[in-house]
Amino acid sequence: MGLEEKLPSGFLLTTVEKVAGMARKSSIFPATFGLACCAIEMMTTGAGRYDLARFGMEVFRGSPRQADLMIVAGRVSQKMAPVLRQVYDQMPNPKWVISMGVCASSGGMFNNYAIVQGVDHVVPVDIYLPGCPPRPEMLQDAILKLHEQIRTSKLGVNQQEAAREAEEAAKKALPTIEMPLSSEKKGLPR
Amino acid sequence: MTSPTHAPAGVRETTEGTVYDVTGGDWDQIAADIAQSDDERIIVNMGPQHPSTHGVLRLILEIDGETVTEARCGIGYLHTGIEKNLEFRTWTQGTTFVTRMDYVMPFFNEAAYCLAVEKLLGIEDDIPDRATLIRVLLMELNRISSHMVFTATGGMELGATTVAIFGFRDREMVLDLFELITGLRMNHAYIRPGGLSQDLPPGAVDALREFIKKMRKNLAEYQKLCVGNPVFKARLKDIGYLDLAGCMALGATGPILRSAGLPHDLRKTQPYCGYDTFDFEVPTTDTCDSFGRFLLRLEEMHQSLRIVEQCVDRLEPGPVMVADKKIAWPAQLALGPDGLGNSLDHIKKIMGTSMEALIHHFKLVTEGFRVPPGQTYAAVESPKGELGVHAVSDGGTRPYRVHFRDPSFTNLQSMAAMCEGGQVADVIVAVASIDPVMGGVDR
Repeated sequence: MGLEEKLPSGFLLTTVEKVAGMARKSSIFPATFGLACCAIEMMTTGAGRYDLARFGMEVFRGSPRQADLMIVAGRVSQKMAPVLRQVYDQMPNPKWVISMGVCASSGGMFNNYAIVQGVDHVVPVDIYLPGCPPRPEMLQDAILKLHEQIRTSKLGVNQQEAAREAEEAAKKALPTIEMPLSSEKKGLPR
Repeated sequence: MTSPTHAPAGVRETTEGTVYDVTGGDWDQIAADIAQSDDERIIVNMGPQHPSTHGVLRLILEIDGETVTEARCGIGYLHTGIEKNLEFRTWTQGTTFVTRMDYVMPFFNEAAYCLAVEKLLGIEDDIPDRATLIRVLLMELNRISSHMVFTATGGMELGATTVAIFGFRDREMVLDLFELITGLRMNHAYIRPGGLSQDLPPGAVDALREFIKKMRKNLAEYQKLCVGNPVFKARLKDIGYLDLAGCMALGATGPILRSAGLPHDLRKTQPYCGYDTFDFEVPTTDTCDSFGRFLLRLEEMHQSLRIVEQCVDRLEPGPVMVADKKIAWPAQLALGPDGLGNSLDHIKKIMGTSMEALIHHFKLVTEGFRVPPGQTYAAVESPKGELGVHAVSDGGTRPYRVHFRDPSFTNLQSMAAMCEGGQVADVIVAVASIDPVMGGVDR
């Protein structure tokens, strides 16, 4: 994105990473992307009792060009999906996405012709937040987890290295359900 | 039929006829068309992702300078297919879906749907009094929370952040009660065909009395904050004008109709849920404008509080589900170690002593009850106007069709009549005064 991405790996880049991470996580500007029920809970989170201002992010920007976090709050219909993608594309890098609620995460209870079965079909998602709708506390928890992710994120060559490591780890990862070996196969085939 | 040569939207001919496309045309083409025309008009597309359009409403405004010459709505950005989904679930499961239609007034959706199902079943008179009273209680609380959202979002759109913070503060108080009573802040599915899913928890009545006291005090603050405020008045007065003739022609109901002076309220004109036994008034104004609608909603909150108080006074112990075991949900909910669950006594009975009860439980839960063939219409007075449900049964365990006449949808068509000829900034005020919730409009 900038000069920091061009720095060689080493002590200077690690310091810059820390500073950039700290700065980025401390002043996130969310774009208003309220769609349905979750949007009301999102507004509640911004209002008095839960008060997102404590985390420096009470200013919901109307323009995506001033925002770096998109909270997809609610069910994404087939008609809304292109608009959502356009708004995402208009946001400047670096940017993050929280998929708020089950409808945005997976389609939820609306497994039908009208609803996109998970907003990750349209934009990359950083945090999936379950609930229908999630409580404001849950949204805050998701936001704090995202803050931690942003704070420790890598830059430049380190970021490429981290991505490579993550891919290697994913390749080696064992399936969560242990499959029986074919020699000791018992009962019904899975 | 011939298609227009330069329609604002894309047009293509199909075997089914002309199909208009809402995605807009080629910019070069549009710019060339406008360059040729001699007027100064421009078309502004507001939304669907705009902070002031109440969710995902898209407004297509043709403006000449600062004046709106033509205004149209683009809807459907939140179409969820809920009515279709209902056709694939049992009648009881339907409440889980309808509560998510207009998510700002979940109890009205549930109540209207359940009244329709009960009409089809012919059990309107068998609903226990306590269940009906709690329904009224929750609906009136919901009316307050819905009007709070109107006040808060309306205020926010005008830039009155204090009003927004106040509105959400008081809505939280109502949501605390909902959470205490139903276990959820929103999307409750608490009202079920035949009654309620469970009784009021211990401590609910005390919490309600405490709430009434606090809310009465807080409502007075809105009076001071908004009604006397010259800026607030200047923004709202004479904006979004729609007289009685206009309301009648466009089918507007709720505060819009009452702001034109007609005291039409289904709670009075065709009472349901025993509303005729409650003492309350239907406020009206004759200003036909946004300010009148705001004042009405403020007064309605006071009246709702009165009804809530009467409900609390009248509550008497009793069942909350219809006695007919062929319809009543067999579960007796109790708090288990893992959260909500079936009561251990009930499980002991069906698993240990009565085979019939177990079969009955299984059939009712997996298959649901059958509803006699026929169709019916039930309507309730929601915070936004007449919320009607047209339910059709073919005699099965699932609805053949359920259609919702959502007041937000019908009222939204008055947007053009309210906005055309006015200023662009006043469009925001007019739309806010309609209080459309896109979840209800698009369903």
